[in-house]
Amino acid sequence: MGDAVSVSTETLTGAAELRRFLHGLPGVDQVGAEERAARLATRSIKTSAKAYAIDLAISMVDLTTLEGADTPGKVRALCAKAAHPDPADASVPKVAAICVYSDLVAEAVRALEGTGVGVASVATAFPSGRAPLEAKLADTRRAVADGASEIDMVIDRGAFLSGDFQKVFEEIAAIKAECGEVHLKVILETGELVTYDNVRRASWLAMLAGADFIKTSTGKVSPAATLPVTLVMLEAVRDFRARTGRQVGVKPAGGIRTTKDAIKYLVLVNETAGPDWLSPEWFRLGASSVLNDLLMQRRKLTTGVYAGPDYFTLD
Amino acid sequence: MSERLNVSKTYKLYIGGAFPRSESGRSYTVNDAKGGFLANASRASRKDVRDAVVAARKAQPGWAARTPYNRGQILYRVAEMLQGRCGQFTDELRATGLSKSAATTEVEAAIDRWVWYAGWADKLAQVTGTANPVSGPFFNFSTPEPTGVVGIVAPDSPLLGLVSVLAPAIVTGNTTVLVASETAPLPAITLGEVLATSDLPGGVINILTGRRSELAPWLASHMDVNGLDLTGASGDLAVECEKAAAENLKRVLRPVEADQPTDWTAHPGITRMTTFLETKTVWHPVGV
Repeated sequence: MGDAVSVSTETLTGAAELRRFLHGLPGVDQVGAEERAARLATRSIKTSAKAYAIDLAISMVDLTTLEGADTPGKVRALCAKAAHPDPADASVPKVAAICVYSDLVAEAVRALEGTGVGVASVATAFPSGRAPLEAKLADTRRAVADGASEIDMVIDRGAFLSGDFQKVFEEIAAIKAECGEVHLKVILETGELVTYDNVRRASWLAMLAGADFIKTSTGKVSPAATLPVTLVMLEAVRDFRARTGRQVGVKPAGGIRTTKDAIKYLVLVNETAGPDWLSPEWFRLGASSVLNDLLMQRRKLTTGVYAGPDYFTLD
Repeated sequence: MSERLNVSKTYKLYIGGAFPRSESGRSYTVNDAKGGFLANASRASRKDVRDAVVAARKAQPGWAARTPYNRGQILYRVAEMLQGRCGQFTDELRATGLSKSAATTEVEAAIDRWVWYAGWADKLAQVTGTANPVSGPFFNFSTPEPTGVVGIVAPDSPLLGLVSVLAPAIVTGNTTVLVASETAPLPAITLGEVLATSDLPGGVINILTGRRSELAPWLASHMDVNGLDLTGASGDLAVECEKAAAENLKRVLRPVEADQPTDWTAHPGITRMTTFLETKTVWHPVGV
């Protein structure tokens, strides 16, 4: 880390110092990161290890519906699925949380009462992040008041890309203050950050500002989560804990559709951040369609025959 | 100057419009009628079955949504391509032990069979569909719809038998995963090359080569397969497959004379098409 190592995070007060710190972070070796992620993706996970990985992945899913066409009925259906992903098999673990727009939080909280499944709400003018701070705070306040256990906020990519790190920092800190005890996930929208160096800077910026989780994407921009981007973020949380002692979670979101994809992410977590992160408390998968594929693979393992999508609920 | 080395073809699988090797990396030796080496064919595994079913399922809605007329045109196009490869198929059949004239006759019969089924594309609904009289002011129609994804265990007749099980399954809008003859798989893969250069969408027909006893049970038990043609399976294998197919109520075609050789030159009738059809009945008020 060079000079940056000696900078204590508490001293990062001014805009200039923040900029100096973020620009002092070592650059990401693009080819190296992509090769490393591709290499780890070739690991073969079979039989009992696969069964373990599938159950772990199910328990890490943030079952997500973020459409303009979302209805209370759809959210209730999703909540039912979150609590009992496979109604025919009680041994399937419940998912970590469901993720909805802030106006549907109350509906989700009602539907999930007593199940132990969390309710995450996107807030702060998701997915663009283009709104005045007051509107973002009001959005967050409403979701927290309605009982959300996690807030997924988006950063102002325009400010970040134009170099106004202080504005992004203050916005995250303000939202965090609004959240109180509620967990704050900060969406970096890596598809718009262009370079891995920016992903590393944005990760550190979010963690310094108080994020409990850093999340890759909104799912509305392509590319969404990729393995190399997640690798860079996992390195960031690992290094951040080594520096400050505070552990931050990671959530790739969008583009994770198959069990194979999900298991690749788990391998990446284990090999990069370490086994400490291999729990729903510290790692989440933001997705919806992957759940059915996980369930189909799970049933293949339990029954011995290939499963078909006709036998699982549509979201 | 050294003698020129012949460039021989690698026979691979045909899945989703592409020609991949088996994911297992295995192959097996195919011999000619005299026991001489002919080629190495891919020996598909259960995971190739799985991939093929995924490809077939993906292609199914689009294939079924085409107009019957368009499906018929595409099948005619396949017949045209078959005709163009007549010589190649004749050579491959001769290697299985047929005389030159017998091989030529079989190739011609296969092309004619394909054309015959192609003609049914926009005619079968008129034969199997009905306008039903009902006791109320309604029009009531029954129309045939494809069953979905059909698994086929192909018979050993390397070309005529092959097209006779394949064409009727797809002409109605089903997509297929076919396990080719174990002893004579090469014409099936050459047929795949014909299909790939016709206008047939990738995934409508998927062809696997390898051990029947290894592949058929996975196809039979697969929950995302809707129909099963056991023409090429016999004895215990056929029984095992039929039992497995019952789990999700697959339509099963198991010829009564399964353990005797079928005369593929005989008139086929429409049973092979109608087995893999579902009937949809709609009510429509009269005079509105």
